[in-house]
Amino acid sequence: MIGQSPLRTFIAHAVLILGILIVAFPIYYTFVASTHTLQTILRPPLPLLPGGQLWNNYGEALFGGIGRIGGVSVGTLLLNTTIMALGVAAGKIFISILSAYAIVFFRFPLRMTFFWLIFITLMLPVEVRILPTYKVMVDLGMIDTYAGLIIPLIASATATLLFRQFFMTIPGELVEAARVDGAGPWRFFFDILLPLSRTNIAALFVILFIYGWTQYLWPLLVTNSNDMNTIVIALRKMVSFADADTEWHLVMVTAMLAIVPPILVVVLMQRWFVRGLVESEK
Amino acid sequence: MATVDLKEVKKVYPSGVEAVKGVSIAIPDKELCVLVGPSGCGKSTLLRMIAGLETISAGTVAIDGKVVNAIGPTERDIAMVFQNYALYPHMKVYDNMAYGLRNRGTPKDEIDSRVRSTAKVLELSALLDRRPRELSGGQRQRVAMGRAIVRNPKVFLFDEPLSNLDAKLRGQMRVEIKNLQRALGVTSVYVTHDQLEAMTLADILVVMNAGLVEQTGAPLDIYEKPASIFVASFIGAPPMNLLALTGSSSGPILADGTAIGFAPPETPAVTLGFRPEDADVTFNAEALPGALVLPATVEAVEPVGAESFLHCAAAGSRIIVRVSGRATAKPGDQLRVVAKAEKLHWFDQAGKRVD
Repeated sequence: MIGQSPLRTFIAHAVLILGILIVAFPIYYTFVASTHTLQTILRPPLPLLPGGQLWNNYGEALFGGIGRIGGVSVGTLLLNTTIMALGVAAGKIFISILSAYAIVFFRFPLRMTFFWLIFITLMLPVEVRILPTYKVMVDLGMIDTYAGLIIPLIASATATLLFRQFFMTIPGELVEAARVDGAGPWRFFFDILLPLSRTNIAALFVILFIYGWTQYLWPLLVTNSNDMNTIVIALRKMVSFADADTEWHLVMVTAMLAIVPPILVVVLMQRWFVRGLVESEK
Repeated sequence: MATVDLKEVKKVYPSGVEAVKGVSIAIPDKELCVLVGPSGCGKSTLLRMIAGLETISAGTVAIDGKVVNAIGPTERDIAMVFQNYALYPHMKVYDNMAYGLRNRGTPKDEIDSRVRSTAKVLELSALLDRRPRELSGGQRQRVAMGRAIVRNPKVFLFDEPLSNLDAKLRGQMRVEIKNLQRALGVTSVYVTHDQLEAMTLADILVVMNAGLVEQTGAPLDIYEKPASIFVASFIGAPPMNLLALTGSSSGPILADGTAIGFAPPETPAVTLGFRPEDADVTFNAEALPGALVLPATVEAVEPVGAESFLHCAAAGSRIIVRVSGRATAKPGDQLRVVAKAEKLHWFDQAGKRVD
């Protein structure tokens, strides 16, 4: 802005800082709670500064095991959730990039029918088809398995559409140049299409990883044993109706740990796909 | 290295549109054939059929005597330079040039020596580690050329390769393409809508219109003896002046009643043409036997430097006359446009040339 007065700068910053406080304070307070003993948390008011139990609490949760969820450690939960989120993100990208590739670059009978079939699945939320899906998983013996957690979630019309839109912006001449250069369908896919899609893949990966990480209903249904729970489900199970029954310090630790991987993915991938954005050119 | 023979080649799209309506061209070894025509005349489609990027509806395309209708672009051993260069944006210049060779399983050290020697010829050696977006338009053009040359194919195909360059660079690259093509001796097909490019590059010029070949021949032959009104007005800049003729008791006269002043060809003609550079202007009123003389009014003068173009109104139409150097006429001047009889072109009812 031109001709900015100090007062306006002050107001602008004040508003921004206030905004950050509103967003950050609950997270900060969760962190504070995760560093106190259960007794301190249960005896209000909760202090505003971190306590001295950081290592004890985090060590106990990560490696010890939490009683209310059958003595499973948060480490196991993190592993489960990571496998599921990575599996869902990778599976969705894998399937959708291949189906978009088929729809955009190949002429086969009923091409548009298949496109619309994929497209209309957008209208069906997971919840609508959850019963049949559950039945199939039971029949296939996939309850309490990683496959059961991942496979029903990896079909993605949204990602297919995104890749389709991107593929359609790739100039026909580039495809033809590759044909003249002797690149068959697979070579074209791996040597040209995949490197050009890096940016899109990175962006989608971030979104889909978080989607997989925060899944609630499906993991709740398909996992019965405590050591197959995802962190979101376990967190819910840790909280009892009676305050005294709940190990609040460990709940807070789990909550803190549950938000770290998504943040890491966003931060790390952000650098990567910004670079991709700057470099890519069609 | 190879000849290219097209026999009655046709392209009909599934929608029923007939883009190419039966074209036969024979291109001898090592010659550069330019397909020229307005947009939509089927020249690009024809090129893409030679490349194998478009199926051939009827007729045959033969490269080096072998019919290639049924085989794909890779096996045809052709290389193509595209209008937008179609460089792989994520690959370095080196990899862009090496890609086709790698796909053919050429040994690594041979790829390296071929890429480097081609880069040297095209003055790309310093740019091998750059990516296409770090290059200027002219450099990208060179890389596209390099990608074609490095493969050492039987035939080069150029699809309007210079249309994205500015005028000066275009002139420069035109000469370079011609020299390279001659030096390498590779049979080439070059598509353009720019008649200047067509004239200067071609060994064989093919003028196309509406899916058909209007005329095939050496560029200057076509310039001197255009086979039809279409060719006459397409080749040459500014285009040929065309005047309609009507019949009268004393033979054909111009539409506004001006007599021609000498004997027309025996075959009846309805259109008369002469090139701007074949006409002159005079302010004198003397009789000029054996020449077409048109009283004219100058409407505009376009000085280009070495020459000037006078836009005149004469015989009920607009005509352009080229005069060398600085024009003495000014807009509004009354003068006479003179064209020698032997420089006139005559066309019949169907637009075909008559002599």
